[in-house]
Amino acid sequence: MGLLDVLLGRTKPVPPNLDALFALPSAAITLQAATDFVPTGTGSVSFRAAEGRAFSEIEKDVQDLLSMGEAKSSVEISADSYGFTWLVCTHAADDIEGLVTDLHAVNSSLEAGGFGPQLLCTILGFRDVAGNRLGLVYLYKRGTFYPFAPQAGERRNNATEMQIRGVLGNDLKVEPDLGRWFPVWGAPGL
Amino acid sequence: MARTRYATDRGLIARMGATMFLIGLVFTAFIIVIVWLLTQYSNVSSGGIVFIAVLFGVGISFGSYYWSDKIALTTAGAQLVQPQDGPMAAELHGVIDRLCALADMPKPRVAIAPGDMPNAFATGRSSKVAVVVVTEGLLRRLDRNELEGVLAHEMSHVAHKDVAVMTIASFLGIMAALLVRFAFYSELFGGGGRGGRRGGNDQNTLPVVLVVLLVGVVVYAISFLLIRLLSRYRELSADRSGALLTGQPSALASALVKVTSDIAKIPTRDLRTAEPLNAFYFAPALSATGGRSLSTIFSTHPSLEKRLAALEKISKQLSK
Repeated sequence: MGLLDVLLGRTKPVPPNLDALFALPSAAITLQAATDFVPTGTGSVSFRAAEGRAFSEIEKDVQDLLSMGEAKSSVEISADSYGFTWLVCTHAADDIEGLVTDLHAVNSSLEAGGFGPQLLCTILGFRDVAGNRLGLVYLYKRGTFYPFAPQAGERRNNATEMQIRGVLGNDLKVEPDLGRWFPVWGAPGL
Repeated sequence: MARTRYATDRGLIARMGATMFLIGLVFTAFIIVIVWLLTQYSNVSSGGIVFIAVLFGVGISFGSYYWSDKIALTTAGAQLVQPQDGPMAAELHGVIDRLCALADMPKPRVAIAPGDMPNAFATGRSSKVAVVVVTEGLLRRLDRNELEGVLAHEMSHVAHKDVAVMTIASFLGIMAALLVRFAFYSELFGGGGRGGRRGGNDQNTLPVVLVVLLVGVVVYAISFLLIRLLSRYRELSADRSGALLTGQPSALASALVKVTSDIAKIPTRDLRTAEPLNAFYFAPALSATGGRSLSTIFSTHPSLEKRLAALEKISKQLSK
């Protein structure tokens, strides 16, 4: 934010950075090679619904668009207790590219409708043999990724998260500021 | 480039710019008059008064700017909370986490103030040390959407660096007030005693101090009104940015209605303890009703009707 924006007390909503999402498929392969975590085939997009008809129409279009695709994918829509909407897409576990393409379609539709600033994050779900969960969270506003490993009772496994950071350092732009690794408890599809 | 729905409010920005220009103008005129007076009638006592006023003014402004977070936290009796500190704290952190991710800003510290009066404020000199404080009453009364609206408003204050802007703007008023006070004291104590011994200079000393006093009073009155005006514009800006961030102007509007109507019911004894913090609060702890015309220009916050009307406009814009 520039000096003029400070003086005049205005903040422009931050536009999302969409293209970095396509780095996810190769990152998933790296993750599989280096750790026990494998993709679950589920990914979700989270956004803050704006009030009014314009947004609900776009939301409906997105849902129609995604459910129109092949039979092997499915889309679910749900709202969390914070008022954010989650679109959960499920593909076959090995079809990460198709999944990411679907997730990207959601972003593009929202952005084309002028609601890009409403996008919060995208999460790609992983799981290891012991059943531990891991989400790769993409922050639209910063264009960075971070790992989120939730455990029972709203605690997170920081050791796993640090390990993942080391593994993915070359494939993804990992969020350098640990203070921005916001937890997303109870995220649908994780 | 995709189209954007977030048009800036040019009218508001123009009015705010004009207000800040006026404050700068009054400040410059004030300095010129003082310097002119001193060079015209240079004498030790009035020069000393101005020097001490500047020194104290800088000190007070810097102190209130640098320690704004600690001062406000102590005055409000607020406690910093972590997400593990209970369901209320966890909810608050959850909402703020999401707002930070949406707005791409660093996470401020979070505090809860005791008390049933529903209110919130944000303070701190930079976004790194900023604190967002809400009262227990607010957490109890508002639903999640409304709470989010209020927090988005407070975080807009942080993003707009309102503490810094208002400190700089208030500097003029503080200076003028101090000058008046010191000139008045020197008139009471210094002027009479010393004047008797130094016959020749005496005729100059007395009127100069009086003129300084007069200038101070006038500048203080003008800057007081201008600063209040600026504060009201900053509130409208924060409402606007907050509503655009969440995309829910109506939730903020409903929170405003709840907060202000509840406050009007609370007895005055409770209200008095909250008064020193008013300038930072989400809605001032004074009844919104009463003498409309005069109370409006003295108020740090715009009237409820004005804020609701502005939010309604944003809501219409969003659904287009």
